[in-house]
Amino acid sequence: MSEQTKHAEHEHHIVGPMVYVAILLALLVGTALTVWASFLELGPWNPIIALAIATAKATLVVLFFMHVKYSTKLTKLTVVAGIFTFLILVSMTLADYISRAWGSW
Amino acid sequence: MPDNSAIVHGAQESATAANNANGANSAHPEQPSYLRHHFNSTEQQADTSNFAMWLFLLTEVMFFGGLFTAYLIYRNWYYPAFVAGSHQLNVIWGTLNTVVLIASSFTMAMGVWCAETRRRKGLVLSLTLTFVLGLCFLGIKSIEYREKFEKHHVPGAHYSLQSFVDPASDPEIFKEYHDKPLPLDMARHTEIYFSLYFAMTGMHALHMIIGIGILGFMIYRARAGAYTSGHVTFVENFGLYWHFVDIVWIYLFALLYLISRHQ
Amino acid sequence: MNNNNNTIVDLPDQATARIPQPNFISKENGLMSWLLTGDHKRIAILYLISITFFFFIGGALAGLIRLELLTPQADLMATDTYNKVFTMHGIIMIFLFLVPSVPATLGNFLIPMMIGAKDLALPKVNLLSWYLYMAGGILALYAMMTGGVDTGWTFTTPLSTHYVNTNVITTGFAIFVAGFSSIFTGLNFIVTIHKMRAPGMTWFRLPLFVWAHYAASILMVLGTPVLAIAIVLVMLERAFGIGVFDPAKGGDPLLFQHLFWFYSHPAVYIMILPGMGVISEVISTFSRKRVFGYTAVAFSSVAIAVFGFFVWAHHMFIMGISNYAVLVFSLLTMLVAVPSAIKIFNWAFTLYKGSITFETPMLYAFGFMGLFTIGGMTGVFLGASGTDIHLTETYFIVAHFHFVMVGGMLMAFLAGIHFWWPKITGRMYPEKISQLAAVVTFIGFNLTFFPQFILGVLGMPRRYASYPPEFQVLNVFSTAGATILGVGYLLPVLYLIWSLKYGAIAGNNPWQATGLEWQTQSPPLTENFTVMPVMDHEAYDYEWLESQKAKEVASAG
Repeated sequence: MSEQTKHAEHEHHIVGPMVYVAILLALLVGTALTVWASFLELGPWNPIIALAIATAKATLVVLFFMHVKYSTKLTKLTVVAGIFTFLILVSMTLADYISRAWGSW
Repeated sequence: MPDNSAIVHGAQESATAANNANGANSAHPEQPSYLRHHFNSTEQQADTSNFAMWLFLLTEVMFFGGLFTAYLIYRNWYYPAFVAGSHQLNVIWGTLNTVVLIASSFTMAMGVWCAETRRRKGLVLSLTLTFVLGLCFLGIKSIEYREKFEKHHVPGAHYSLQSFVDPASDPEIFKEYHDKPLPLDMARHTEIYFSLYFAMTGMHALHMIIGIGILGFMIYRARAGAYTSGHVTFVENFGLYWHFVDIVWIYLFALLYLISRHQ
Repeated sequence: MNNNNNTIVDLPDQATARIPQPNFISKENGLMSWLLTGDHKRIAILYLISITFFFFIGGALAGLIRLELLTPQADLMATDTYNKVFTMHGIIMIFLFLVPSVPATLGNFLIPMMIGAKDLALPKVNLLSWYLYMAGGILALYAMMTGGVDTGWTFTTPLSTHYVNTNVITTGFAIFVAGFSSIFTGLNFIVTIHKMRAPGMTWFRLPLFVWAHYAASILMVLGTPVLAIAIVLVMLERAFGIGVFDPAKGGDPLLFQHLFWFYSHPAVYIMILPGMGVISEVISTFSRKRVFGYTAVAFSSVAIAVFGFFVWAHHMFIMGISNYAVLVFSLLTMLVAVPSAIKIFNWAFTLYKGSITFETPMLYAFGFMGLFTIGGMTGVFLGASGTDIHLTETYFIVAHFHFVMVGGMLMAFLAGIHFWWPKITGRMYPEKISQLAAVVTFIGFNLTFFPQFILGVLGMPRRYASYPPEFQVLNVFSTAGATILGVGYLLPVLYLIWSLKYGAIAGNNPWQATGLEWQTQSPPLTENFTVMPVMDHEAYDYEWLESQKAKEVASAG
């Protein structure tokens, strides 16, 4: 309970409506931006931009709607652990798929 | 052997000394009725269920993670097929749905705020709006699904390659993208695209349906003032779930609708 | 070993001793008080009964397999029946026995007590996980009785999606449901260990049993959902022909293997880690010493969990993954040997100069150490890509994982059941016959599975009902051993049930062990402790225990 002792003391942080409105607007702007960008012919940058904007939007949702910015280290660690394990799954699997094309030794 | 005198002895000495959420138990003799017997304080209870919800979302990340991995691999393998498949999706519907879902996330966040600040009417309104927006999302999704059914783009025995081997036969899409016909073997791989499309959006829609069911239950309870007397854990945790579903859609929208629009 | 003049067992005077009342068993009566309970100890007992039930079904199927392999021809059953039998043996033993065995029974019972809590953090989720387990188990049995499934427990695509005509969807759904049971158990443990520890119970005062369960829980929470999605895709592929795993449509069957083994390799650590936790407790108690290198053992559990996610493709070396991936995964696989060896060496150093006694749990623990070491080291053969190509899909691999899972995990499970039996029931098991059972199990196990190593090296492939006649001698040894092993597993059921009524009253702490669970009555109260415990000493502090006893004597006098 060591880490909990500290957090139990500070009050539960309440995020106010103004923050939520600001995030809502940012998300809508992000959506408009990503749709607009998808109509441009940017070659390999199309997916990169789309995924970057999606990640930015997701980050806003996680930090503010889901209150992670105001949460304990444990919650932050949990989020990071999820992303980390997902990246292991993707990268290690892709390691096989990409190197299959290299052929034998 | 006298029972647990060892523990009793140690406990009485340091219970007051330990400046701890647990040790403080005796300091608050009257506890709210929603405090379960095995917790020592409402903070501990709230923290615990919040953490549990996050761990559950962790499993959800990995659940969708498998699908995202599959999508990534097949998109690299069958890029032309994925482009052609993605052209069958309507960006306008997709954008509209994204906006609807973001708005529902906003109303859900407001609902959490209302619960925390004990605004009963505001909470009921927010939850109802979230409920309605959720249904809107599913409505739009079903319009899109219907289109796929009509064009035989649902994987399985009746899958049709018509739009891909002969794009001109699909004038609506053709006038927007002017796709070249795909060779037959590549065209067949569009079925993989649509399999993943249906698996991913279907799993997402399933989560929405479950969420809407829970929302209905919550609206019923919130009208009676269940979440506006200090015990907001359920609303908060449901909020986390709903926002997570929103995040999944943000990525689905980018991956399925947006990134493969150009050859 | 059979001369118990020196023993640490300290029982109360049997003439006056009584089972303390009330306790968690006697508090409420009636079936509903069990089926709707939130008490982690009662749920643990529900799990114990159901897991034992599935273990014996899986064991009976194993018996059938060994009987069939007694002769070179497929004469006891048709070859496709044999396929169904070994498939159901694997599915039941892995998903319905090994994965939940120690965590859902002993872990459920002990983790709250060890950390000084009244219950697991989420009692209702805990009960839900038992119901999910039962639903999954009953579905699996239903699938077995309505025609069975013959894909092997790995559901290898495209065999499972296109070529077999058995109950793949039902069985897959059963595993999906049972998987959620496992997720909820793991989630509950992580939350409990983080949030419910008693005052003074810091991370490095936790018993190593708790550390091991924490590591296994991480794997359950992060790995199981990937299995779930892989199985959902198999079911969809089979039901609708979606093509994701269908080479004819451009799908890649190897993708299924990646997703499946992303869970199923960590799953073997889900199975073994809790067993290692049991062994740490048992070795320390019966050597009267703090576990050597406590921190190293604790972190080696976490290291096994983390490394476990980086090695899955070593199950796929012969399936056509890239040579470069083989190289990388082969090297990473060797990493897992390091934390496993840390544990074995540290247990050995705990024994060194300890006051060792040989009660039944300790005998099983010795069995674990020896057999797990053999199982683990043969794992290195299989992790090395060169030897793997020769040995995989032979009986070598069967022997390897049975050494780890049966020789390791099942020994640990039995060690744990015997060790905590007095705590769970308040009564001792009969010592002499249980020592006999431990020895019988050990002998039977070696006779069953050691010949299989040789068979594997000689090239006998797994999963066939018939084999060339020159392999018969070793197979007869193996079947004979399985009979002995079966006796070794039946004995505990009989004498443990006997002991429920006739066993000696155990008292609070028959083993003179240090964990918090031993400092309260047996069987415990529903809320575990009368007063919130405060941890004011390190784990495995036998001097603290002595000083407590001295105090008691002083106050009683």
